Amino acid sequence: MTDFMRHRIALAVCIAAAGCAWAPMAYADSAPALAASAAAAGDGAPDMPAGAGTDAPGDHAPMIETGGRLLLTGGVSTIEGAGGGGLVPWALIGGYGTRDEVGMQAFATAVGTTDYHLLAYGASVNLFNRVEVSLARQNFDLRSTGALLGLGNNFIISQTIIGAKVRLIGDAVLDQNSLLPQIAVGAEHKINDDTTIVGGALGLKRSGTDYYVAATKLLLSENLLLNATLRLTDANQYGILGFGGLGHTDQALKAEFEGSAAYLITRKLAFGGEVRTKPNQLEGTLGGTTFREQTAWDVFTAYALNRHVSVTAAYVDLGQIALRTQHAGYLSLQFGF
Amino acid sequence: MISLFLALALTAAPVTEPALGDPSIKPHYPTLPVITDNEHLFDQFGGKPGLTALIDDAMNRWLVNPRTRPFFEHADQARIKDLLVKQFCVVLHGPCTYDGRTMAESHRGLNIREGNFYALVEELQIAMNKRGIPFSAQNRLVAALAPMHRDIIAK
Repeated sequence: MTDFMRHRIALAVCIAAAGCAWAPMAYADSAPALAASAAAAGDGAPDMPAGAGTDAPGDHAPMIETGGRLLLTGGVSTIEGAGGGGLVPWALIGGYGTRDEVGMQAFATAVGTTDYHLLAYGASVNLFNRVEVSLARQNFDLRSTGALLGLGNNFIISQTIIGAKVRLIGDAVLDQNSLLPQIAVGAEHKINDDTTIVGGALGLKRSGTDYYVAATKLLLSENLLLNATLRLTDANQYGILGFGGLGHTDQALKAEFEGSAAYLITRKLAFGGEVRTKPNQLEGTLGGTTFREQTAWDVFTAYALNRHVSVTAAYVDLGQIALRTQHAGYLSLQFGF
Repeated sequence: MISLFLALALTAAPVTEPALGDPSIKPHYPTLPVITDNEHLFDQFGGKPGLTALIDDAMNRWLVNPRTRPFFEHADQARIKDLLVKQFCVVLHGPCTYDGRTMAESHRGLNIREGNFYALVEELQIAMNKRGIPFSAQNRLVAALAPMHRDIIAK
């Protein structure tokens, strides 16, 4: 229970810290001057809904020289901390930093499934639209399933994920005259803390490294963003249930496919879906089809309020986790500059 | 239908790229990449009056945004606006002639960074929103202009 409270507090601090850091910037712009210049522009035409009230000239100008790329073109933060969709890392470098800039993002994501709660939070740094380094923490709350296993309610399995991504070639946004996607390679090193179930009862490896290559293309004239990612992994349920098979027998990395498509509705709003296949290394652990692992998919809406805040909401089907299929609601907040 | 489009494309007057004042500045991408062979897209932008109003608003925004202001505040804004209207008009298959220089030549030595380029695009997007230009039409224009980054942004 104390563990659980600590995680909640950490999340609150993460959000509050980001909020405190960014709120002064949002209000620091000189509003009266901007309103005057907007009036001087003399354009009475109604704005598009997504831009209502926030698009006076220069009102999105940064206080410091970071984050010049277009809205949503860094994607959002995945539950593992890398820039991408909700489940799938993309070749885009997270945040809005251009080739001359560095930037930082923080995120917090809550996923409420049929039987569990996942809370993920973390931060990432982007360097010159070339390198992204991320750190994420996941707390997976077994809720009443924990009691079923004799662990009491709200038993939590936690893991830390250290990620890095490097853009190799292409610019998904600028190179609209070419079909060549932006291509990046990345790694996610995961360290699972749980010695009771993962390291204990299941006797599984508690750390592992995923490697991926991602290709992302913005087909701007079609309002469409497409991504394909190939991941090599031995993680069970993203690492929350450890790595490799039972008894350390199956240690090989499996090649898995992940894909995303997003339709741009406005420059601030996108709607899309994702699919992510996963290894199935623990099926039958408790007999029958228990612990079978299946493909996850989601449909999402991402909205960028401005350069500093975006919100993503999704419906996720995580497939079976432990005993049965997990449908989930997903809500994520990103802060960045 | 397809053959009709092809016929139109073939009979349309070829768009002549601006002559190179300095042959050492080789463009990476056309200054006038015509992206359609019919009038629909041009109409969605409100024709030439629509483009003129759009660029007027965009220029006002570029003069406010600190990331774009330095490139316009001491420049001949009327001339730049006139050329941009003509350029966009030609790209959208409108009845205009562009009489400016290539993008590579006109941006030489300005030391434009990627952040300046994106800020210009974003203000243009906001101006297009204000004029109610459909987002998909906006994106067709921006997609045609984006590859000019190779001729505009200083490495």
